[in-house]
Amino acid sequence: MIKAFKFVKVQTETMRYCVKIEVSLKPGHSDPEGETTARLLKELGYRVEAVNVSKVYNVVLEATSRKEAENKAEEMCKRLLANPTKDNYAIVIEEER
Amino acid sequence: MKREEIKVCVLRVGGTNCDAETKRAFEELGVQTDIIHANEVVRRRNLLQYHVLVFPGGFSYGDYVRAGAIWAKWILAKLGKELKAFVNENRPILGICNGFQVLVEAGLLPSFSKMSPYPEATLTMNLPPGYNCRWIYLKQENQGKCVFTWNIPKGKVLHVPVAHSEGRFLFTKEKQDQFLERLYENDQLVFRYCDKKGEYAEGSFPTNPNGSFHDIAGICNAEGTIFGLMPHPERAFYWWQQPDWTRQTQMPQYGDGKIILEGVIEYLTKKF
Repeated sequence: MIKAFKFVKVQTETMRYCVKIEVSLKPGHSDPEGETTARLLKELGYRVEAVNVSKVYNVVLEATSRKEAENKAEEMCKRLLANPTKDNYAIVIEEER
Repeated sequence: MKREEIKVCVLRVGGTNCDAETKRAFEELGVQTDIIHANEVVRRRNLLQYHVLVFPGGFSYGDYVRAGAIWAKWILAKLGKELKAFVNENRPILGICNGFQVLVEAGLLPSFSKMSPYPEATLTMNLPPGYNCRWIYLKQENQGKCVFTWNIPKGKVLHVPVAHSEGRFLFTKEKQDQFLERLYENDQLVFRYCDKKGEYAEGSFPTNPNGSFHDIAGICNAEGTIFGLMPHPERAFYWWQQPDWTRQTQMPQYGDGKIILEGVIEYLTKKF
């Protein structure tokens, strides 16, 4: 006997969020790349006091709310983008559409 | 277990190197060795057919994000279950250079108690900055827990090369003294950078080629079965890989790298 099933499609509205994640070295952690860059900029004649290098990831993701987008970005930082030993991270939701 | 029964798996992904040297070195020691692409291991689900797992050197996934980070998270996502079983069965895992970075990023090293969900240390940019390729000296610090170095007398100085730009081993600043104490307590410290006479580098370049905290060059986990080091033992295996072989008239057949790789094979033949 063939049973007929009725599928009910549950729709959750998702939105696209542009999230800017900046990963930078913790204060006090030596930054050889920044120090080398600063040295060269000084040699080029600029009055540079310090250079700190950080990395920016522009992530486009889908989420049901701004809060969920933030939580997902936080999780990404913890799982991959930042190493808690040396990195700090900052998350900014830049755009939602 | 007889030597010829031992199977070593050298994992490979885009950007790894020295996998062929590692295979040749292990085969010279009389064990079976396969170089397998990580995707293939995922497809075949055959990791547990091997007795030793090796993450070789190189620049896996272009060192993007951080050296070793992508491969570490990838392997946990795709092979986490098998890897956990491998670790729980105390099967030895070796990470050389980029492989060491992978093990640290995966939370397998230093792994004071169990596999850590987040990295407890980092192998970050060299200080002074830049890629550094040179022969250095290592002092064996382990009391015998590490299954790769248990047969090397404590205090012995080894001559092997390093080649990396992200090899500065660091703990988080607030906990570095506490974590160092734990490394000593658990006998997890394996190699420190030193000079030819065995005097510690104390951070001075180029004896310590990357500015590593406490001159740390290699550590193992609390069980002694997972071992990571920045220098390349497989590049110091044969006499003709030594930097001074053209100037010498007589040399031993093998370099100092051999004793490190041989240690794990002897451990397996004795234990199983």
